[in-house]
Amino acid sequence: MDIKEKVIEIIAEQAVLEPSDVSMDNTLEDLGIDSMALVESIFAIEEAFDISVPFNANDPTESDFDISSVASIVDAVENLVKAKV
Amino acid sequence: MYRVVITGAGTINALGHDVPQTFEAFREGRCGIGPLDIRDVDRLAVKIGGQVRGYDEADHFNRQQISLYDRFTQFTLLAARQAMAQSGIEFSGELADRSGVVLGTSGGGLTTQDENYRAVYEEGKNRVHPFIVPKLMNNAATSHVSMEFNLRGPSFTVATACASSNHAMGMAFQMIRSGMARAMLTGGSESMLVFGGVKAWEGLRVMSKDACRPFSATRNGMVQGEGAGVFVFEEYEHAKARGANILAEVIGFSMSSDASDIVMPSKQGANRAIVGAMRDAQINPSEVGYINAHGTGTAANDKTESAAVADAFGSHADKLMMSSTKSMHGHLIGGTGAVELLACIMALKDGVIAPTIGYEEPDPECALDVVPNEAREADVDVVLSNAFAFGGLNAVLALRKVP
Repeated sequence: MDIKEKVIEIIAEQAVLEPSDVSMDNTLEDLGIDSMALVESIFAIEEAFDISVPFNANDPTESDFDISSVASIVDAVENLVKAKV
Repeated sequence: MYRVVITGAGTINALGHDVPQTFEAFREGRCGIGPLDIRDVDRLAVKIGGQVRGYDEADHFNRQQISLYDRFTQFTLLAARQAMAQSGIEFSGELADRSGVVLGTSGGGLTTQDENYRAVYEEGKNRVHPFIVPKLMNNAATSHVSMEFNLRGPSFTVATACASSNHAMGMAFQMIRSGMARAMLTGGSESMLVFGGVKAWEGLRVMSKDACRPFSATRNGMVQGEGAGVFVFEEYEHAKARGANILAEVIGFSMSSDASDIVMPSKQGANRAIVGAMRDAQINPSEVGYINAHGTGTAANDKTESAAVADAFGSHADKLMMSSTKSMHGHLIGGTGAVELLACIMALKDGVIAPTIGYEEPDPECALDVVPNEAREADVDVVLSNAFAFGGLNAVLALRKVP
């Protein structure tokens, strides 16, 4: 499973949707992901890829980790995984 | 209905090992938050806290006591000794039977838990010290205070996360006011600055990695502290008859539950507790000169609390002062309301309002006078102390200048 598929699977699970219902240009709001589901998603991403995601719930927009859409999250995770190797 | 006064206060926290040191730090706007000095800190993402420094348990307790007293119990006993000494009250006979201890803590003996889980899980040991259970239990501090000072009446421990101490002090107040008790030792303590305690909080992603800046637009989360605050609450005529020095009068208390979300605060829930405390105290909002805010420095709390206060006070919200001393001593979780009550007493007794330090930039969503960065002299007659816990459990106390 590639990074994109896995991230979508994690987000879909938090949104209680099928992965096929999640599209890359969806925002988290579109998917009904609230602040607690977001923190859980980030935890699941960290566990799945063994990475540390820079994210502070007090100011999500100022974190280096861009959560503005599913695509931006996939990008950010790909970069973090690349940086790890 | 009996009147309730405070005749003794004690504390140990990141700002000092007693009340005078803490007041001095409040007046100077000194920050007690710094790098954490705890085991495995290198495995933490959050490496700062309001830690009690220059503290050696062996200076205060013997070996047998240390085998029974977790750090949170030690802090409680030290604060209780100071409060008892200042009050001059002694418990014997009928007074002892009608006086008790109600203390708040959220985590109880977390140092003991952390050390012993490490021993059995990480180090693979199959045996722990025989007193681990009586050392880690949440009511250990209450019981040891009761034993040390012979308080034999109603005693228990309250755990409502960040509102624990305010709930405890509210209970003590109501018990004396109703005639159920004559005097109470009350307040709370917390010692969560251990690897497991900080690691759990990291998970929520609401912790700041650099500073606690309540109400500032630049705030980025809370910072944990540790310590204790303990007070002697006493029925007014009893205190007067023995010529006790009175620090302040407790005049009202209210609690509410948001009944909405396990972590996100509610403006309505906070508002009901604030308004309820003023109603219980039979005061008008215009009499309140200072509020010690819950003011955690998180995005969510500070704007919600500011909105709740604005709603509760109307136009008077622009005239009152509201500061968060968590910027200096950190968030003591279950002990926080107790240490923060000291700022209320200082305001009433000394006419000095403790500042909100670390304040950098106004936030339009927190547009109240938060006494930024420098303490201020002001004559206030009535103050409130807010505490709003995870789980949506709110507790607000009202105090008045010495009668």
